[in-house]
Formats: sequence, structure tokens, C-alpha cells
Amino acid sequence: MISANLPALQVVLPLLGAVVCAFLQRGVYAWGVALIVTATMPFVAAGLLIQVMDGGPISYALGGWAPPVGIEYRVDVVNAFLLLLVSLIGAIIMPYAKASVEKEIPADRQAWFYAIYLLCLCGLLGMAITGDAFNVFVFMEVSSLAAYALIAMGRDRRALLAAYQYLIMGTIGATFYVIGVGLLYSMTGTLNMADMASRLGGIESSRAVLAAMAFLTVGISLKLALFPLHVWLPNAYAYAPSIATVFLAATATKVAVYLLLRYFFTVLGTVFAQQSLPIAEIVMLLSLAAMFGASIVAVFQENVKRMLAYSSVAQIGYITLGIALVNQSGLTGGIVHLFNHALMKGALFMAIGAVFYQIGSVRLADLAGIGKRMPITMGAFALAGLSIIGVPGTVGFISKWYLVLGALEHGWWWLAFLIVASSLISVVYIGRLVEVIWFKPVSAAAKRAKEPPLSMLLPTLLLVAATLYFGFDTSATAGIAAMAADWLLVGAR
Amino acid sequence: MDLLQAIVAHYNHWIIIFLMVSGLYIVVARGNMIKKLVGLGLFQTSVYLLYLSPGKILGGTPPIISAQFSVYSNPLPHVLILTAIVVGVATLALGLALVVRINEAFGTIEEDEIFAGEEDE
Repeated sequence: MISANLPALQVVLPLLGAVVCAFLQRGVYAWGVALIVTATMPFVAAGLLIQVMDGGPISYALGGWAPPVGIEYRVDVVNAFLLLLVSLIGAIIMPYAKASVEKEIPADRQAWFYAIYLLCLCGLLGMAITGDAFNVFVFMEVSSLAAYALIAMGRDRRALLAAYQYLIMGTIGATFYVIGVGLLYSMTGTLNMADMASRLGGIESSRAVLAAMAFLTVGISLKLALFPLHVWLPNAYAYAPSIATVFLAATATKVAVYLLLRYFFTVLGTVFAQQSLPIAEIVMLLSLAAMFGASIVAVFQENVKRMLAYSSVAQIGYITLGIALVNQSGLTGGIVHLFNHALMKGALFMAIGAVFYQIGSVRLADLAGIGKRMPITMGAFALAGLSIIGVPGTVGFISKWYLVLGALEHGWWWLAFLIVASSLISVVYIGRLVEVIWFKPVSAAAKRAKEPPLSMLLPTLLLVAATLYFGFDTSATAGIAAMAADWLLVGAR
Repeated sequence: MDLLQAIVAHYNHWIIIFLMVSGLYIVVARGNMIKKLVGLGLFQTSVYLLYLSPGKILGGTPPIISAQFSVYSNPLPHVLILTAIVVGVATLALGLALVVRINEAFGTIEEDEIFAGEEDE
């Protein structure tokens, strides 16, 4: 009974949890509810992943209305993997959240914070699980509106500006997405993704379908912050509360990337394969621009959260590069980097959140010598930083290994060279951080610092341990990513 | 002549494109945050028309099954756009709330004034 309804539970539980949190006025109670809800999510997602790996895709007719008329929740290897990732991150953050939220959010808004957090989680999971193109838009807006509110709760008044900018850009992105879906709907007469894909046969090169593809690509790229549509991201990540930064950096852009995968390979698979529009080439160019441009900008940042945000833009470039390679290794690299980047960026932002908790600043100058005061947190930070660079033995290496393989399969030596060269830029900014944190004399602000409470330290260490573990044992992550890549490439033929 | 007919026959598309582009232009060109939201609203509204206008079928009746009628208009776009309107209202409300907070925090809602003030810090 329960196992048959897992797809609905995945979305309904956080939604109900959000309502309960909103009614509980005390922050601690709301935290308890959020903790319980987020802790069950990974089990639901793992249950789905196991079912999918055993028995193939699950189709769940919401409300008993059979697809394609009703809304279908469709789970296959690709989104089951993503659901597990988002649920895991959502759960790992929660123990960490209590201390951090108590410090950063006024007492009367804490319950609201958890309610919005769960709404955002609900929207992201819904985007990943649904098989209905318009339903994606609804969940996209649920998660986005929640994200704007989360960012606006930052202490700095510039958080409001960042949230407003993100609202404008995000809404334009979502509206572009709806335009694309509207054009596809008027060509096919259906909103079910699988149905849409089958009805597009024969009209792949009609102008309306190509326009739809262009609108969808731009709209989703705005959401996933593909260079040069990333301008909303650095400020949003820099001024949001620590928890919101960790959560959004690790999950929100990843779900948008999944959407891009879903459209390129499943819904518009035949259009994409036909190459009437040079989409793959454009995405590849922009990815390369992100890998280099955003990394170089990151080197010159004085605010560490902003630096990591620019590094996120660059890392998203690696993911989209994997998509643009359109072969098995490249896609595996892209998908596994989705997972890996969530782990390492989550760990980095958690460590910085702990610093902010202790000294109330994330300016590079204030962090000087803080490694001597917070050796465990900053050790974790350095290890996750190594993973961003892609040092062997960390997950970052695995992703780049597959990407280089994908480039070599095309015979593109120059691309393999560029992937390695761009990693060298991340050596510069991570190296700059490590140098300031460990080898500079202790600054006045850092003197006050000590290790954060265990509730903040353990989730950080857990994520760092995962970045190391999955760097050695790749059978789980790269294995599933390879399955997902196979599954996607079949749809594109 | 054929070209002219083709243009006139798709007059709904021209209206949609005009609204869409003017809305987007306002968002990009205006520095006033309220005006930006107005542009955003215009942009979203054009999409409502994009969905609704092909849903109307010439000679079609409201979609209530009856022996007398055989041609019905498509009801699905209306349902979708009802949802989209709700989303649009929520977005606008949140946007306006943010503008109110920005006005309280910065004392202005003109983007260039805010950014000019930020650079001094």
C-alpha cells in the first residue's frame, strides 16, 4: 500500500509539513516537524530508486486519473537518482539548521523559515518527479517563490535586493518555460511528457517546435544559472541565510539541470538528435565560458560566499558540458557531477556557515588564520575545496575523469585540455582561501572563533566524508549515473 | 496579397508578440522597481493569451456534451491559465512585498540610486 504510493508521498509530505510548520508559531516545534519530514524523505526516495532499478519506470496516476489525461508522476533512473540527492541534502541540513537559524533569523520568523524551507523542498521534488510539462511549471514556481522568500530573510539588507533580482530573472525564466510548453502544447495537443515525445514524430523541424526548444532552453538555463544567465546567483547565495545558501546551492540548480536533461533527451529527444538547431554546440560554448569566466571572477572575490557562488557557476558549466557532449561518458560525467557538486558545495557552504555562526562575517580578511581556531571545520573546508579542484581520491576527480573521457571519445583533445586547464584556475581561488585560512596571522575577528556545536559540525563532516568515500567507491554514484545516461541516450535516438 | 492575408489572419499572434516584447522591454529598460513588476505582469499576461487564443475553435461551443453540437472549444487552456494567473498573482504579491521592504531598508526603489549608494560603502 505504502510502497505503491511512494511517488505521491514524496511531494505531499513536505507540503503538509510546511502547513504544520506555518501553524506552529514556535521555531523549535517547527524545526522538529521539519526534521521528521526531511528525515523520512530519503527513505521514500531510496524506496523509489530500488523499485525503479528492479522493475523499470514507475507511472503513478495522480488522483486515479489515467495519463495522458491526468497528471502522471513518472519515476525512472534519472529522476529517482535526483530525488534521492535532493532528499538526502534536505535531510542532512536539518540538524545543522537549528543552531544556525537561531543565530541568523529573528525568533518570530523561525517557524516561517522552516515552513518556506519545506515548501521549497516540495517544489524541487515535485519538479523532479512529475511527468507533466505544465505541472513542472507549477512546482517550479512553488520552489522559486519559496527560494526568493528564503533569500530575502538574510540579515544584510542587500539580501532583499538579491531576492528581488532573482525574482525578476526567475520569473522571466519560468515564463519562457511556459511559452515553450505552450508552443509544444499547440503542436501536439498534450502536456504529458512521454506522450508529447511520441507525438512530435514527423514535425520535429517545424518552426513552432524549434521555437519551443529555444524558449525552453533559455528559460531553464536562467533557472540553472548557465553563463551568461547567472547574474542573479552570486548575490543571492552571498546574502541569503547560511542554511538557505547550503540548500539552494546543493539542490535548486541541480533540479533545473535535470529538467534540461529531460527536455533535451526525452521530450525533445528527436528534435535534439536532428540538430536543426546547434543547441549542443551553443551549450558547450557557454559551459566553457562559465568554466573559465566564472572561475576567474571567483579568484578576485573578497566575500567568501560570493567566491563559492561564482565557483558554483563554473561547476554548473562542467555539468552542462557533460550534457553538451551527448555521449555515454560525457553524460555520465555530467550526471555524476550533479551529485558530487551537491556534496562538495554543500560541505563548503556548511563550513562557511559555521564560520559565520562564530564570527558573524564571511569576509576573506576576517577569516585570516581561522584554521588555527577551528581546525576541524576548516580541515573539512580544505578537503571539500580539494574536491572542487578535482584532486584524485575526491569526487571532483571522478566527474572530471568522465568528462575528459567523453571529450576524448569525440577525439576532441583541445576540450580535454580545456577541462584540465580550467581546473587550474580553481587551484588559484581554493589555494588563496587555504592560504588565508591556515597560514595568515590570526585576525581580530578570528580570535573569537572556536569550533561550532556538534550539531553543525557533524553534518559538515558527513558531507566531506561522502566526498571522499564516493571518490574511491564509485560503483554507487557513477554506476547509477551511467545507467541514467544509457536511459537518456535511448530516448534521444 | 497572400502575405497580407497571412498577417491579418494571425492577428492574435501579433498582439501576443507585441505585449510580450513590450513587457520584456519594460523589465529591462526601467530602473523603477514597481515599473519593472508592471512590465513583468504584462509579459506574463501575453503568455495567457498565447495559450487561450488557439483554444477557441471557430464555430465551437462551450465544451458541454450535447446532441445538437459537434464542435467544441478546448477547455484545457483555460484551466492551465487559471493556474498560471494564480502563480502570477503570487509572484506579483511577493515582488511588491520585497519592494516595500527595499523601500524601508534603502529609502528608494530606483535601482540606480540604490546601486550608487552601495558603491559608496
